Amino acid sequence: MSTHSASSHGTHYYVPRPSHYPVTLSGALFLLALGFVLRINGFAPGPWFMLAGAALILYVLFGWFGAIIGESVTRAYGRWEDQSFRHGMVWFIASEVAFFAAFFGALFYVRVISVPDLLNLLPNHGWTLYPDYQGLSWPQSGAGPKAMAFTPMGAWGIPALNTALLLSSGATVTWAHWGLLKNNRFQLNLGLFLTVVLGFTFLGFQAWEYHHAYAELGLTLGAGVYGATFFMLTGFHGFHVTLGAIMLTVILLRCLKGHFDADNHFAFEGVAWYWHFVDVVWLLLFVFVYWL
Amino acid sequence: MNTATTTANGHAPHGEHHPAGLLRWLTTTNHKDIGTMYLTFALVMFFVGGAMILAVRAELFQPGMQLMQPEFFNQLIGVHALVMIFAALMPAATGFANWQIPLMIGAPDMALPRLNNWGFWLLPPAALLLTMPFVLALFGIGDGAIATGWTFYAPLSVQGGIGVDFAIFAVHILGISSILGSINIIVTIFNMRAPGMTMMKLPLFCWGWLITAFLLIATIPVLAGAVTMLLTDRHFGTHFFTAAGGGDPILFQHLFWFFGHPEVYILLLPVWGLMPHVLATFSRKPVYGYKAQVYGFVAIGILSVVVWAHHFFTAGLPVPALLYFMYSTMSISLPLAVLFFCWIATMWRGAMSFETPMLFATGFIVLFGIAGLTGLVLADVAADAQYHHSYFVVAHFHYALFAGGIMGVMTGVYYWLPKWTGRMYSETLGKWHFWLTVLSFNLTFMPQFFLGLAGMPRRIPDYALQFAEFNAISTVGAFILGISQLLFAWNIVQCVCGRGAPAESRAWEGAEGLEWELSSPPPHHSWEIQPRVK
Ligand code: HEM
Ligand SMILES: [Cu+2]
Repeated sequence: MSTHSASSHGTHYYVPRPSHYPVTLSGALFLLALGFVLRINGFAPGPWFMLAGAALILYVLFGWFGAIIGESVTRAYGRWEDQSFRHGMVWFIASEVAFFAAFFGALFYVRVISVPDLLNLLPNHGWTLYPDYQGLSWPQSGAGPKAMAFTPMGAWGIPALNTALLLSSGATVTWAHWGLLKNNRFQLNLGLFLTVVLGFTFLGFQAWEYHHAYAELGLTLGAGVYGATFFMLTGFHGFHVTLGAIMLTVILLRCLKGHFDADNHFAFEGVAWYWHFVDVVWLLLFVFVYWL
Repeated sequence: MNTATTTANGHAPHGEHHPAGLLRWLTTTNHKDIGTMYLTFALVMFFVGGAMILAVRAELFQPGMQLMQPEFFNQLIGVHALVMIFAALMPAATGFANWQIPLMIGAPDMALPRLNNWGFWLLPPAALLLTMPFVLALFGIGDGAIATGWTFYAPLSVQGGIGVDFAIFAVHILGISSILGSINIIVTIFNMRAPGMTMMKLPLFCWGWLITAFLLIATIPVLAGAVTMLLTDRHFGTHFFTAAGGGDPILFQHLFWFFGHPEVYILLLPVWGLMPHVLATFSRKPVYGYKAQVYGFVAIGILSVVVWAHHFFTAGLPVPALLYFMYSTMSISLPLAVLFFCWIATMWRGAMSFETPMLFATGFIVLFGIAGLTGLVLADVAADAQYHHSYFVVAHFHYALFAGGIMGVMTGVYYWLPKWTGRMYSETLGKWHFWLTVLSFNLTFMPQFFLGLAGMPRRIPDYALQFAEFNAISTVGAFILGISQLLFAWNIVQCVCGRGAPAESRAWEGAEGLEWELSSPPPHHSWEIQPRVK
């Protein structure tokens, strides 16, 4: 079936040496999860486990990424490995898409199926369990004992501004990438810097928006299914923006140290893809959570 | 070590320094080490999950309550299923992937070796999280493990105890592991194939796993989202699954089964992938219908994500939805039938011999056929109203998951064990294991079809007197089945300890493929120089 000759890649694939980081990270996640479960069930030692887990995670992040950066700088990788990283990042982002799909799915399900169902079903059947349900449409928080009065979040204030911020940050990161390809380090650093600033500004506005929701609108996590979908969708998105902004900061620092060139910058591109993904999720949020 | 291979591989094993002892296993980046760990873990958890369900069967031996409280009974059932699915069957398949894919496609290792190690080492902490509430309860912490069954249905799971929280985080960690494993497998297959190995020359086992990996990436995050909503409903005041707050408990079922139905194909596609290799080897004929099987995998993969609501036909879906989900579910049997046809055609007029892997493969075909046919019964909306949540369903999915999944894994283990360990297992013990397994499996689960038809509900620790005989038979069968598996473990341990006749490179006369050109066992680093495939 086969004969044996040198591969078309001409080089050996880089298989990293044994590493203790993965197993340490697993232990850290275990401590974090255990601590969290104990904590939410009211057992006192919970936070200590969480603290230990979080500290270990930080240690691993620095160590593991440090090792990878070292390997990249010393050119332990060639094109072949670079391809693996790129494929890997694409499929990782695909799994993130599926994660957000679960929450969007929940939103569409309640808006298109279950809430209208309850609205139409109850009057026809003369059911009086939730008499207040009649006449309510989206957004609503149900009509049972758990219903709460709240004002939904409008689209054209902070959310619209945040849309502008994130879209511009997508443009600046692309501009930075062009700079990198042209070996224009100033354009690269400035573009990245602007992206990071826009990202953190977005987060600041979102924090302010949450404060507004809780303090003035009565819009909380507990505000029925509207509050639940609103905060879970925007919250997980915000969490991803935070991660993305931190990663962009690391990339900016690396650029300032002179890392990356026109044909060796997977880390830059991986983070940029991630950033664009977060951008697209935001657009969907803006349309389906805030606007329509 | 077989000298022929060192030349075939073009390379002596590396002399570089590696940690020894436990540290070797904790830190390894080698696909063979990692594959071995996955398989060992799966075998251990197979016995853990088995012990749990034997306690359940003991309780069900006679009507009335004998051994345990109903709460504990429910915990055992739920954790049994979660352990078998997530900690036995899936890790076994991932172990196969780790060992075999690089050998079969001529790759020096998996594409992302450190992530590979992480993927494995997430499993033991997750298994610990799942099972430790049993132990904590002994010390007065919490009220035991998750008692909702493996499906986590709201509102029961919203009201359940600390075990639900542990299970939620166990599922999160298992999910991360599956995603990492899937990414690694996809990247390896796309980026690491030997020159000349086009996608349409890719071994079917790799094709089966490729589709599995896509399904995992598409559905595991949805499960993660669902249990996250459950967590916030339980502890942070959201109302996703509470009608009083505008939510809907049925939403949980949609989200869960959007993952849950593809999951059953996730468990089986790797097995369907390895079947043709085994059938062709022991029929001494080429695989029949390679392309048809590839397209069959793809079709099943696509269909599997659009049929999920057949698991809750009785929850009150509108009639058009019922019809859609009924017909789409039934349509999966078309590509499945193509696979059956190809398996049989591969054997047709072959020079067959029945070593243990071939016994398991043929047993698989017959028994898995019963799973498919009874699935068609359940897919009928009108019939399902009667059979839903009865023992008929339990019997159906055990024909699918034990006879299909576990026996498929056993097929693969016997087939590749000589390659991995360099030793031939005992054929006599293997045959005993096969016949005991097949007979006691049917003794255990065939009666459950009749129990279900007669109306016995699942997940209830007590039952009406009329069900007594079939339950007694089922319990006897289960204990024989459980004990027979010790033969399996013993046979494996013997090979690992280096007993048994040495295996040749091509351990089976009719075996085809790159992996059989390496020595048995292969050197620690294989295909460092990739072979060229014509
Ligand atoms: C043509 C093939 C199949 C059809 C039409 C089919 C149909 C169904 C239906 C309609 C149900 C729901 C029954 C109920 O709860 O009322 C069901 C349950 C189930 N099936 Fe299948 N099935 C097929 C093949 C398989 C395969 C291949 C597997 C596994 C690898 C499988 C595993 C399961 C499991 C695990 C459950 C029950 C889950 C639970 O409720 O805990 N099925 N099947
Ligand atoms: Cu299904």
